Amino acid sequence: MPRRLLRNSQIVVDEWRYIAEASRDAAAPLIVTLAQWQLEPDTWLARGTPIGVVLSPAHRVEQIAAELEVFSLVAAEFSGPGEGRGYTQARQLREQYAFTGELRATGYVRRDQLFFMARCGFNSFELPDSDIEDAFTAFSTFTAAYQPSNDLGLAHKLRNTVSAPRT
Amino acid sequence: MYRYDSTDKTLVRQRVAQFRDQTQRFLKGALSEDEFKLLRLRNGLYIQRHAPMLRVAIPYGLLSARQLRTLAKVARDYDRGYGHFTTRQNIQYNWPELARVPDILEELAEVEMHAIQTSGNCIRNITSDHLAGITPDEIEDPRPWCEIIRQWSTFHPEFTYLPRKFKIAVTGAPQDRAASLVHDVGVHIIRGPNGELGFEILAGGGLGRTPIIGQVVREFLPREHLLSYLEAILRVYNLEGRRDNLTKARIKILVRSLGIEEFRRRVEAEWQLLRDSGLRVDEAQLERMRSYFNPPAYRALQDVAPDSGRETAFRAWYRYNTTAHKVPGYRAVFISLKKPGVPPGDATDDQMDLIADLADRYSFGEVRVTHTQNLLLADVEQDRAYDLWQQLRGAGLATPNIGTLTDIICCPGLDFCSLANAGSIEVAKLINDRFDDYDYIYDLGEIDVKMSGCMNACGHHHVGNIGILGVDKGGEEWYQITIGGAAGADASLGSVIGPSVPKAQVAETIERLLEVYVEQRDPEERFLDTVRRLGVKPFKERAYAAPIAA
Repeated sequence: MPRRLLRNSQIVVDEWRYIAEASRDAAAPLIVTLAQWQLEPDTWLARGTPIGVVLSPAHRVEQIAAELEVFSLVAAEFSGPGEGRGYTQARQLREQYAFTGELRATGYVRRDQLFFMARCGFNSFELPDSDIEDAFTAFSTFTAAYQPSNDLGLAHKLRNTVSAPRT
Repeated sequence: MYRYDSTDKTLVRQRVAQFRDQTQRFLKGALSEDEFKLLRLRNGLYIQRHAPMLRVAIPYGLLSARQLRTLAKVARDYDRGYGHFTTRQNIQYNWPELARVPDILEELAEVEMHAIQTSGNCIRNITSDHLAGITPDEIEDPRPWCEIIRQWSTFHPEFTYLPRKFKIAVTGAPQDRAASLVHDVGVHIIRGPNGELGFEILAGGGLGRTPIIGQVVREFLPREHLLSYLEAILRVYNLEGRRDNLTKARIKILVRSLGIEEFRRRVEAEWQLLRDSGLRVDEAQLERMRSYFNPPAYRALQDVAPDSGRETAFRAWYRYNTTAHKVPGYRAVFISLKKPGVPPGDATDDQMDLIADLADRYSFGEVRVTHTQNLLLADVEQDRAYDLWQQLRGAGLATPNIGTLTDIICCPGLDFCSLANAGSIEVAKLINDRFDDYDYIYDLGEIDVKMSGCMNACGHHHVGNIGILGVDKGGEEWYQITIGGAAGADASLGSVIGPSVPKAQVAETIERLLEVYVEQRDPEERFLDTVRRLGVKPFKERAYAAPIAA
C-alpha cells in the first residue's frame, strides 16, 4: 500500500522509497540511512535519482553538513514518544545550514507533536495512516508564539515585541 | 505584577482547548495510557495514589488576590477544600477528577493562570526570591527577567522533549533564597567589571538520587544575551544529556561527566551560533517588562517599632514572621503554613480567601509563595502589623516559627504521592509534638529542617541543616538523617549521621543532635555553623549512644 504523509499541509502519496522498498521501484527517489550513505555514496549517486538521508537521534547534523547539497530530503527519526533530539536537528539544519529541502519527521510521529515539529522546521510528517486526516488541526493548535522560529509564520512575542502594560 | 496581553490570553485559552481535546481522546480510548501520560504530564497532571494530582504554576511565586481566590475556589469546587504549596512556589491539588481537569484549567485561564509545563521533561516554572523587589540588599529586581524567561520557555518548540525535567531559578540579591545552586540552571544578577548589570550563570545543580551543587558556566554574561545563552545550554543538554537511564538524565550528570570546562566549551561554541539570533533582549523590551513590576504606591512613612509595649505573643510573631523591607515604615510579613498538626505547606480554601482579603487590605493586593512553603505579604505598613497579626491568628495562620525548627519543608509523602516510602507529613507532626516549647525553639535559633519521602528529594533534604529522608526497609518506614546541609549562597550537602532509624525514633534522634549543639555552640553560633565547625562525629556519637526506647 502506498504510504501517505502530510507534506506542506497536504496529504500526499509519498514518492520517496526507503532502501527496503526500492527494489521494485528503481526510478523513485531514495532515502538511505547515514551509515548506508557513508559506506557507498557513489552507488547511490549513480542511481541518478534524488537522494535523501535519515538521521537517527544520536546523529549530529554536522555529520552531513559537508555534503548537504547532495540531499533533497533529510529525515529525522523519532525513536519513541519522549525522543527530543530531532527538534534540535531540525532547527540546526534550517538555521545554521540553511537547508531548504524536505525536512521529514519519521518514526514515532503523532499529531500532538506536529505543532512543535513544524515550528522547528519540519515540513513533512510520516504519521500513522489513521491519524493523518485529523492531524491538520495540529498546525493551528496555537495561533501565536513566544519565540522566533522557522515555520508556521506565527507572530512571536520575544523579539522586541513584548507589549506595553495596560494602564 | 505581569498582566497578560492578548497573546498570552490566546495561548492559554488554546492550551485549555488542546488539553480538553487530548483528555476526551484518552477517555474515548483514542489515546493509550502511555501516549496520554506524555501529554498530561506537560500539563501538570500526575496520576497519584488516590487520584490525579494537578500542579498549577505560580510563576516565580507571585499571585494577585484575585488569583488566590480562584485557587481557593478550585480547592472548594474540585478538590477537598485545600491545596498544597510546593518548594518550587507552585500549588498542588491532590483530589481532582480527571474529566473535570479541563474545567479547572478554564477557570485558571480566566485569572491568567495555567498548569503549562509544571511537570514532564521540559522547562518548568521559573522560581525566584520571595523578597524580590523589597529586600534591602538587592542588586536588581529579578522578576522582569523571570517573566522574560517564562515567556521564552513556554511552549519552546525545541525543548519540550528534553532528556529530563529542567528547573531554572533566578536571584537578584547576594543572599540566595531560591536554592539556585541546586537547580539545573541558576541565574544570578550581578554587576560586571565596570558596574554594568549582567548575569552569573550556573549549571548542573540538583538533588534527587545524586545531589550536586551547581557550578559556574559563565562568570559574567551581558544581560542582552540571557535568552540565547540559556538556549545554548538547553541545546547542548538536549543533544547530549543521557536518555538511556532515567536516573542519569538530568543535566547535572552531563556536567559532571564532561567536566565543567568541557561543558562550558560546548555551551560557548553553541552560543556563538545563537547569540545574534532573534533572542537578544533590548533595552526597550526590558523597560517595558520592568514597568510591570514598578513599586506599588508606598506612603511616605518612618520606621516604627510596632512591637514595643505589645504582648509577648505578638512580639515573638513580629520578630520571627516579619522581615526587613527597603522602604521605611514597611515590613514583609510571612504567613506560616507550618502550624503544628497541619501538613506543611497546606492551606484551606477559607484560609486562601482570607489571605486574599488581607492582601487587598494590607499589601496592595499581592501575595507571594516562598520556597519554604509559606506565604508572604510583601508590603505591609509596620503600624498595621498588629491588626494583621490578630486576623491571621484567628485563622491559625500566625504560628511564630518562620526560620525555626518547626518551619519544616516537606513533600506530600506517602499520604498522597505514589513514589514515597514514607509518611513525611506524619513525621513532621511527630517533630512538632516533641518540640512544642517555643522558648526552646527560639533558643535554638535559625535551623532549617527539610524532609523528603523518597530519593526524589522533593523536600530538598540534602540541603537541610537537618535533612530527613524516608527509606523503605522491608515494607516499614525508616528515616535517614543528615546534618550540615544548606541551600543558600553557601550551599552544601548534608552528611549522613549513621544508620537510618524507625519512625518512632526520629524526634528523639533530632533532640539528641540538638543537645550536642546547645552544649557545644559558641555564642550566637547557628546550628549549621556548629556542625561545620565540629564535623559530624560528636553528633553521631550522641545520636547512637544509647538505645532509644520504642
